[in-house]
Amino acid sequence: MNYFPDEVLEHVFDFITSHKDRNSVSLVCKSWYKIEKYSRQRVFIGNCYSISPERLIARFPGLKSLTLKGKPHFADFNLVPDDWGGFLYPWIKAMARSRIGLEELRLKRMVVSDESLELLSKSFPNFKSLVLVSCEGFTTDGLAAVAANCRLLRELDLQENEVEDHRGHWLSCFPENCTSLVLLNFACLKGEINLASLERLVARSPNLKSLRLNRAVPFDTLQRLLMRAPQLVDLGTGSYVHDPYSEAYNKLKAAIQSCNSIRSLSGFLEVAPRCMSAVYPVCENLTFLNLSYAAGLQSIELTKLIQYCRKLQRLWILDCIGDKGLGVVASTCKELQELRVFPSDPFDAGNAAVTEEGLVLVSAGCPKLNSLLYFCQQMTNAALITVAKNCTNFIRFRLCILDPIKPDPVTNQPLDEGFGAIVRSCKGLKRLSLSGLLTDQVFYYIGMHAKQLEMLSIAFAGDSDKGMLYVLNGCKKLRKLEIRDCPFGDAALLEDMGKYETMRSLWMSSCEVTLGACKTLAKKMPSLNVEIINESEQTEFNLEDRQKVDKMYLYRTVVGHRKDAPEFVWLL
Amino acid sequence: MAKQGLGFEITELRLGLPGGGGGTEKNEKKRVFLEISEEGENEKSNGNGKSQVVGWPPVCSYRKKNSLGDKDGSKTSKFYVKVGMDGAPFLRKIDLALHKGYSDLATALEKLFGEALRDADRCEFVPIYEDKDGDWMLAGDVPWEMFIDSCKRLRIMKRADVKGFGVLQPGEAFKGALKE
Repeated sequence: MNYFPDEVLEHVFDFITSHKDRNSVSLVCKSWYKIEKYSRQRVFIGNCYSISPERLIARFPGLKSLTLKGKPHFADFNLVPDDWGGFLYPWIKAMARSRIGLEELRLKRMVVSDESLELLSKSFPNFKSLVLVSCEGFTTDGLAAVAANCRLLRELDLQENEVEDHRGHWLSCFPENCTSLVLLNFACLKGEINLASLERLVARSPNLKSLRLNRAVPFDTLQRLLMRAPQLVDLGTGSYVHDPYSEAYNKLKAAIQSCNSIRSLSGFLEVAPRCMSAVYPVCENLTFLNLSYAAGLQSIELTKLIQYCRKLQRLWILDCIGDKGLGVVASTCKELQELRVFPSDPFDAGNAAVTEEGLVLVSAGCPKLNSLLYFCQQMTNAALITVAKNCTNFIRFRLCILDPIKPDPVTNQPLDEGFGAIVRSCKGLKRLSLSGLLTDQVFYYIGMHAKQLEMLSIAFAGDSDKGMLYVLNGCKKLRKLEIRDCPFGDAALLEDMGKYETMRSLWMSSCEVTLGACKTLAKKMPSLNVEIINESEQTEFNLEDRQKVDKMYLYRTVVGHRKDAPEFVWLL
Repeated sequence: MAKQGLGFEITELRLGLPGGGGGTEKNEKKRVFLEISEEGENEKSNGNGKSQVVGWPPVCSYRKKNSLGDKDGSKTSKFYVKVGMDGAPFLRKIDLALHKGYSDLATALEKLFGEALRDADRCEFVPIYEDKDGDWMLAGDVPWEMFIDSCKRLRIMKRADVKGFGVLQPGEAFKGALKE
């Protein structure tokens, strides 16, 4: 069977980096399974409750890089109560005990305690990279432990976390002989930091390529940091407010001009529009521009800036750019692949500054567009059909009309035909989020055409169980389905229970699913955890089987019920 | 305002949409959305009277907390310019960043100089501003964003003083000149 010694096979497997492929390799035969098992270094766990830390370690003892995701996606929108779960600590404890040589940890929507950060910092001498996205539960004390103890730290990347800020000294905890930093992103921290420590840290980090500052870092510190780190590739400014007629401003202009490696720009958390011209020299080489937190910039400043960004590939922006501003994007950014337009005033549905017109302009001007997140006031079928004709490469298409049941304002029709055109035209579509007035018909189209679809988000849509069934039956590659406020019920849920074993998870809230159906599903499918989140006064025993559940979250797992569920989560 | 929009939508829906039966179901579901948002509005007034459904729109909570701060004006870069008015003894200062457009500005100026405006014997006023180049310009010609970008100070001149410059037609009122 095997004519090669193990080391040769291992070397060959090194070239196989995709998780899916490595999984396939391990299924070929026993000896390949064994070699792959011991040589596997990177593991991705999309749902932390699908497996336990102990089983992970037993399966892949050579683990060096772990990605873990915790709470379901709708937790981002406050649909999942605090304390639902997703705790990091048990993973760190288990890996520390088994002396796993952990070097990288990437977490999303997990609860990360200071205790777990401290244990991490002391248990893995080769630890190099910590990336926390949308996590919570820790304070700057935990960060201080990481800074102080992780001697080889290369990356500390904090993206959009809720961090309790105990002000100040964590940055000073990086030892003087720590010179290995490549990436430092603390933009989400709210508190003051020691500016002198920051400057010294940057000065002694010759490999620093990415630096994202928080609001507490003022303009003149930015200038000094840029002087010390002209090699930066990715810059996130903190506060960007100054008098444009001052000496400090001129110094910054000069400093930026010496930074000719910058390809990615973000921040401007506080911004004086008149100071933006200092940034123009950098624009010509930018591939990523994130101004989605720069609420102080109006459309005119945004468009002025964008006119210089001819090489832009990814743009994250607020809707105050307006349809006309998107027209400027369309005529300037011919390399654009990803566009995200966020609402500057999410609750004022009547005033969102972008409509279908802006999207149509971008689709016409940017043929490489493949990823979209678009919050808008309204959308028409005609516009979506045009977009589908112009851009057939969409992998991600997420449309959010601020009034979620709004029909096509021109024809008063639902948006079924528009989204139908998108799924028909974009054969590689992997992720789709719907909004607007939608009937079962849109789901018919999705089931019929969206053959590569992996994630679907639905809200306030559909007429009957048929809608959900079209999707479950047609989308063979579906992994994540999240539904809220739709008239889908027991018949749809129970029609094909085996389907859920092929998926990562299903979320249904404010739908027509009853407790009885959830119990039936849980009983028939032991490989699934069916969780009911119930925040009302009723206990498990008071709620009758025929009553609807408010929130249901089910996911496949190989380790059965989790042991850390809070009171309001019923494990069926 | 959002509520008004929703009410209109509900009426439209009842005019009969294609796409299968269960008309009552559909309306019920849409009504549920309206009820949720009305409930939200009644239970927790968020200060600006806009209705909110939990988790809608799907903006992640971190972003909601951190990008709306500027909208409150609490953390926006301030943009104060001096405003003088002929006949008023003191100059005032006004934050241009707080206003969305010319008519908004006109209202604010009326508030600041209300008395002086009324007392000035029914004569009309013209808003002018000094731009980056030091020139005095008539307010209202350029788009609002361009205006706040270039405005260094404001002045409210009596129309009588402006005669002879041939700038204005007779009868142009203060507010009229500031119309967007």
